[in-house]
Amino acid sequence: MSGHSNYQPTTRFGKWLHERLPIMELIQAQGMDFPTPRNLNYWWTFGGILATMLVVQILTGVVLAMHYTPHVDLAFNSVEHIMRDVNYGWLIRYMHANGASMFFIAVYIHIFRGMYYGSYKAPREVLWMIGVVIYLIMMATAFMGYVLPWGQMSFWGAKVITNLFSAIPFVGDAITTWLWGGFSIDNPTLNRFFSLHYLLPFVLAAAVGLHIWALHVPGNNNPTGISVKSSQDTLPFHPYYTMKDLFAIVAFLVFYMAWVFYSPNYLGHAINYDPANPLVTPAHIVPEWYYLPFYAILRAIPDKLGGVIAMFASILILFFLPWLDRSPLRSFKYRPLSRVFFWIFVVVCVILGFAGSGLPDNYFLSHHAAPADGGFHFTYKIVGQLATFWYFFHFLVIIPLVSKIERTEKAPASITEAVLAKAHDHAA
Amino acid sequence: MSTIEHTDVTRRDFIYIATGVVGAAGTALALWPFINQMNPDASVLALASVELDLAPIAEGQGITIKWRGNPVFVRHRTQAEIDAAKAVKTEELVDPLARNANVKESDPATDENRVVGGKEQYLIMMGVCTHLGCVPIGNDGDYAALVDNVKQGGWFCPCHGSHYDTAGRIRKGPAPQNLPVPVYSYLTDTKIKIG
Repeated sequence: MSGHSNYQPTTRFGKWLHERLPIMELIQAQGMDFPTPRNLNYWWTFGGILATMLVVQILTGVVLAMHYTPHVDLAFNSVEHIMRDVNYGWLIRYMHANGASMFFIAVYIHIFRGMYYGSYKAPREVLWMIGVVIYLIMMATAFMGYVLPWGQMSFWGAKVITNLFSAIPFVGDAITTWLWGGFSIDNPTLNRFFSLHYLLPFVLAAAVGLHIWALHVPGNNNPTGISVKSSQDTLPFHPYYTMKDLFAIVAFLVFYMAWVFYSPNYLGHAINYDPANPLVTPAHIVPEWYYLPFYAILRAIPDKLGGVIAMFASILILFFLPWLDRSPLRSFKYRPLSRVFFWIFVVVCVILGFAGSGLPDNYFLSHHAAPADGGFHFTYKIVGQLATFWYFFHFLVIIPLVSKIERTEKAPASITEAVLAKAHDHAA
Repeated sequence: MSTIEHTDVTRRDFIYIATGVVGAAGTALALWPFINQMNPDASVLALASVELDLAPIAEGQGITIKWRGNPVFVRHRTQAEIDAAKAVKTEELVDPLARNANVKESDPATDENRVVGGKEQYLIMMGVCTHLGCVPIGNDGDYAALVDNVKQGGWFCPCHGSHYDTAGRIRKGPAPQNLPVPVYSYLTDTKIKIG
């Protein structure tokens, strides 16, 4: 952590403060002078983008909470009040709702980037695991936020997800009743979800603090996956990466605002503009797009408890990734076989997303039901099952095996060598 | 002298550990109100029973009422539905237990054990899929009674594809249990009290 800073307080106040709280030194050492590999590509800007999105979500969320009412009789109308009456309420709500989707797009890119370049491998295991914790908190936060507008999808999404806990043997029903504060999703549930939805982003911010701390102990990984060997391999974070991150953040904001202004409801569900009705389940309930792959895994297992276990396992397995990969090299840039399987894995995750979006017994990517004749039909369910199999097969078999047997390509001796070779290629 | 010192040390250890234990127990006790406050409160528990007159429900008609925040299906079954439910052998069932709060827990899921004797046309049960809590759709699913190609009775859950038969028993799909029958009793010949 220390040793990156040449901070010397210059003013009398600076000196006075430094002796009491060396915060300026911390900022300079960790936020400005911090030695960062000189070869980071744009995939590395998503950390900064994510931090920005967290701030956007907290700011818009605090404002929305000033106008929202967490009560079953008033919640839906208060959201419409925000949309129609509150000055710029429509903008702030659309920013918050689409902001959640943007947050997840960025986090998925960030996670896949970590997977491709082996950022989870030693000595960054704890950094990676804190990241998985952050992702779990994000999912919980987004889930509770989606309940607050109290539309049909809010209600039934919440009902299905909280019912997952009823699969736990013996204590399952007691746990769901405890979560609901009743015998169904009702006012007590809405109230506590509002309270927790306000709390969790700050827990998230604290976890992000730990994530950055754990990042600043070993320093950044980089596209070559080779450790920093000398000061030649690095640049100070400021201004090189502050500017690069800023550029990427602005580009991302353009993408984000395109959704907010031109397609604010595309990522949501029309039926959520129907007030919650505890007596009627919509014909087709689906979670938000960012949960679809996990929803597909849940539905792939024809047993209630089994489905729930598979779904949670699909995320918890990420904690073990640093030890499943036994390759001496980090970056897949020099691991040709891992690279192929990485892209297959990405495609499988996308397929899982589609598999979670349709009715289980419909033909895949169609609205037509397959006949219930016991024969083989290429349905959403079958695709979900095949993709679920591959998801676990990837982590439990392919990664350990391939990382052990693959013939790696020759990695450069240092980051500088890799950068210079690239410059040479461009010149030639 | 040395024995006294020795006693002093063990006594300190004891106090040290005892303090820790009391502190831990106190923390655990203090935690309980904060956990238990999330359980159903008195106002929620107070809404625990409803009364209903069955007479206006025509044969072949089903209604849904709300009890403790959840839908309850009340269906006046046709003879075809009752016959279809009785024709099923308990060995064919996914969940062999009656799941009826009014009979013994170990009773088998025969049609008789799902209703009240002499009132078997009235099927009363929770409209909450035992998979993940959606409300199944009536007169639907692969196990409805077919009369002139029209489905009577039977339920299908649109969320994850569970099929229930004309006695509300799970037959196909991910749901693990039959739709539960809540505690209810006949106050008069046609009037029931649920809860």
